[in-house]
Amino acid sequence: CWGKQNLKSLLKLIVIALTPAAARDEFQEELVIRPLHSGDIYASFQFRTLWDTDFLQEGQKVSHYRLFPKSLGQVLSKFSVRELHISFTQGFWRTMQWGQPFIPSPPGAELWVWFHDTVSDVDGNWKELTNVLSGIFCASLNFIDLTNTVQPSASFKPLGLGNATDHRFLRYATLPREIVCTENLTPWKKLLPCGSKAGLAVLMKSEKLFHSSFHSQAVHIRPICQDEQCSSKAWELRQTLNVVFDLHTSGQGKKEWSLFKMFSRTLTEACPLASSSKVYVDITDNPELFELSPATPLLGQAVVLGDRRTYSVYDLSRAETFGQLRSFNLLLRWKGDSDMLRPLLHAERYVAGFGLQTGEIHTVIYNNHPYRAFPVLLMDSVPWYLQLYIHTLTVTSKSRDNKPSYIHYQPAKDRHRPHLLEMLIQLPPHSMTEVTVQFERALLKWTEYTPDPNHGFYVGSSVVSALVPSMVAMRTNFTQDQPLFSSFVPVKEESSYFVRVYTEPLLVNLPTPDFSMPYNVICLTCTVVAVGYGSFYNLLTRTFQVDEPSPPLSKRLANLIRRMRGVPLLT
Amino acid sequence: MDGTLFRSVNKFFIIAFCLDIKSYKSFMHRPDSFFLATKMAAPLTLLLIVAVTIRAVLFRSSLAELISARVEVVSPLNAWKRVVEGLALLDLGVSPYSGDVFHETPLMIYLFHFTVDYAEIVFIVTDGITALALYLSIQTYNKDVFRKQKYALESDRYSADCLELLRSPKEMFYIPLKVAMFYLLNPFTILSCVAKSTCGLNNAIIALFIFCTLKGSALLSGILLALATYQSIYPLTLFAPALLFFLQRLYIPVNLRRSSFWFFTLQYAFMYVGSLVVITGLSFFLLGSWDFIPSVYGFIFSVPDLTPNIGLFWYFFAEMFEHFRLFFSCVFQINVFFYTIPLSIKLKEHPVFLIFMQIAIISIFKSYPTVGDVALYMAFLPAWSHLYRFLRNIFLVSCVLLACSALFPVLWHLWIYAGSANSNFYYAITLLFNFGQILLVADYFYAYLRREHHLTHGLYLKKKDGTEATLVLK
Repeated sequence: CWGKQNLKSLLKLIVIALTPAAARDEFQEELVIRPLHSGDIYASFQFRTLWDTDFLQEGQKVSHYRLFPKSLGQVLSKFSVRELHISFTQGFWRTMQWGQPFIPSPPGAELWVWFHDTVSDVDGNWKELTNVLSGIFCASLNFIDLTNTVQPSASFKPLGLGNATDHRFLRYATLPREIVCTENLTPWKKLLPCGSKAGLAVLMKSEKLFHSSFHSQAVHIRPICQDEQCSSKAWELRQTLNVVFDLHTSGQGKKEWSLFKMFSRTLTEACPLASSSKVYVDITDNPELFELSPATPLLGQAVVLGDRRTYSVYDLSRAETFGQLRSFNLLLRWKGDSDMLRPLLHAERYVAGFGLQTGEIHTVIYNNHPYRAFPVLLMDSVPWYLQLYIHTLTVTSKSRDNKPSYIHYQPAKDRHRPHLLEMLIQLPPHSMTEVTVQFERALLKWTEYTPDPNHGFYVGSSVVSALVPSMVAMRTNFTQDQPLFSSFVPVKEESSYFVRVYTEPLLVNLPTPDFSMPYNVICLTCTVVAVGYGSFYNLLTRTFQVDEPSPPLSKRLANLIRRMRGVPLLT
Repeated sequence: MDGTLFRSVNKFFIIAFCLDIKSYKSFMHRPDSFFLATKMAAPLTLLLIVAVTIRAVLFRSSLAELISARVEVVSPLNAWKRVVEGLALLDLGVSPYSGDVFHETPLMIYLFHFTVDYAEIVFIVTDGITALALYLSIQTYNKDVFRKQKYALESDRYSADCLELLRSPKEMFYIPLKVAMFYLLNPFTILSCVAKSTCGLNNAIIALFIFCTLKGSALLSGILLALATYQSIYPLTLFAPALLFFLQRLYIPVNLRRSSFWFFTLQYAFMYVGSLVVITGLSFFLLGSWDFIPSVYGFIFSVPDLTPNIGLFWYFFAEMFEHFRLFFSCVFQINVFFYTIPLSIKLKEHPVFLIFMQIAIISIFKSYPTVGDVALYMAFLPAWSHLYRFLRNIFLVSCVLLACSALFPVLWHLWIYAGSANSNFYYAITLLFNFGQILLVADYFYAYLRREHHLTHGLYLKKKDGTEATLVLK
């Protein structure tokens, strides 16, 4: 027995000695729960894996993975990816009722990637990358091709290290039609170091997560600084999952919820591999409005989205959190109603017009700030089969013309490239700005329609990105002890914070040909062409002649016999 | 006995005719300005005023916007909305050819860059110019026809009993005016003009080309033909009739072994190709890139935009099987050019009728036809009014064309707006419309050939046994 122990420790020693100075890596997990004003519950999971290594360094092959998922690491180094953001969303985030999410995402799938500037064939890499990711996440990302990929010039700046500004290395695509379900969740969970076996991830039961008003899961990979001096690079993988539960209606009007009610699970332990594992409950809005049990003496504060919020913090790495039952279940009971909130920036979009020939896209952007004007970047990517007419573009605020100070427009090429429209619009304080542009609907080839053509075609959300004036001073210094949800978007200045708002995707009907008729149409059109050809051919090759009636049959027969006999013919 | 009597009667008629010719000739030989001022200027001016008024009123009415969105009137190639879009793209610093909205030629951008604010006037004036050019061309052509008819009569080339078929100055006098009227007051032209379809400009170039050709100016004719080709490729086929006309005018026989024939052909071809090269080069220097070649000509040939129109292409290629697409687009495009050679052989004595046939064939079989194209060849119909007696189904064809013109907007509405019909309804009407046009053109072709046959063989043909004979094509 002793010998066995000895052997084990010896083996351990050998393994440690053989491993080259392993790069430091770290895993954090957290869950933020925010009771929303509408009575819904917003639960946001964030998992962060940090790794002090560089995939893209020349001559260094990273082969030893510990916490960082190998499948993603290999993809990053193979395709020289500098930054990768992918999200799968089911449902639409209602900004007017729910406020801003921590990390916004459009309905369907969204993928944007910054490639390293050593990549020569960006389109080729992008094509392969989407196919690989399609396999990793069990999603239809392989439908991303040149017809729905754009290169935004200003809206999608890198969030990590490096000041890449050359948007030739950026690719952005959305699949608004993508349906997100449990087959996308399973591979996503597998990327976590503890899987769904321990830690916060045990709460992710798909039958509960997908029985919700909004579900969004995302993966963000970017390089960040290792320390404050930023002497070397570290890679950060953030996996986020946001859910909004409509417990108000499902709870028969009793506004009461618990972890068990939401996820049909309670927490029993933190992920053993995690360096920190916390649950935050937002109690800023009237702490007397609801009652929280078990109560915690730990309170935290964070500045997030321009607002200072107070949180009850439950540290899962401490045994006392779980109490005597060895299980942690939060219970919250509402005591009153709260008033609606008005997010400072809000956008919506719809299609106007009737019939299947033309239409008009209206994008309405609200600035609810009482006295500050601020600029927003609006980005629209419209498929080629809606032909935009840029000369019909109008931007009006407060019923006056509001000329965008910057317009980047790339017209579509049929079957090759979508339209890309980006513009910088100054929003006056407390105003509604309407952007309209007319389009024409194309008739497609019959093979280009989706299997349910009369359902319509989706147009991805437009993206409004803005630096919104902040009510409180934002923290600009990079500190480790910030909660994860407040540290995703780097803050450059104290007075404003970055917000991205996605509008609704559009569903547009196109005229359709009759799908059952290809043979008939080919035959009928060819017939008409042949009638033309035939009548001209007739007139071109024949000449006019007097119609001499042919002799009767008996005479012709007689002449035939006479010809054989060599006798003169009858006339 | 009978024969001599007939001859003397015939002689008498011919003398009467010649007198008539003399009066006509003296009439024709007056100075043009005087001639215009006295007899024809008033109706022509009146016509122009009426035409301009109709257009101006429609431009000012709310109908203009409705008309300019009609797929029958504008195609992706010539819609005014797309011209404005192209100019807007230029203003944004984007090449208009980088997208797939703008398909006009660079010279068109250049023209409208300066005249975009006066576009309505430009289009009205263009229509006026087209009508005037057609008027003068047909006048010249009629003089020509009459002169030839006189020579043929004097040299006894016509059959004795075909006096009825001869054309009299009286009957021919108003034809140029009718042609101008057919162009200016044709609802198709008016719609096309009010929609500001650049088809009107192409028509003007072709009309001026016909005018210069008939006036005998080979250089101008070559330049204008190059311009027309540059604008929309298809007028390339008008090279053959123009060449035949010049050869006939210069009394050069069409004989491949004669050096004079080759000399003139090469001369004319050089003028044509030279101007084409110059115009294309100029476009290159205007924009600094060759992007317009795939965007204009590639677009015409490969038919990527399947927006419904009155032609045969859109639904055919929307419903085409993918692996046959290239084959059929080749077949359909060759079809437009194919008729040139056989028609030139058959009609080598009649180049002006050949021009009419070619324009009609282009407007039926081109990839993005609009009613403006139809209006151009329909303007020539009064010039062939003497063929009326030989037309076989003019009533049917007129009914078909009228009914189709009325049904286009109805079925479009049912398909696109009401949702109670589908694309097949509109397609059926385009089929019928094209069928009607084919019948019309074939009928005129038939009538023309038949009249030529009667002129040489006599109008009242007899069978061998002396009974009345019927003519058949064999």
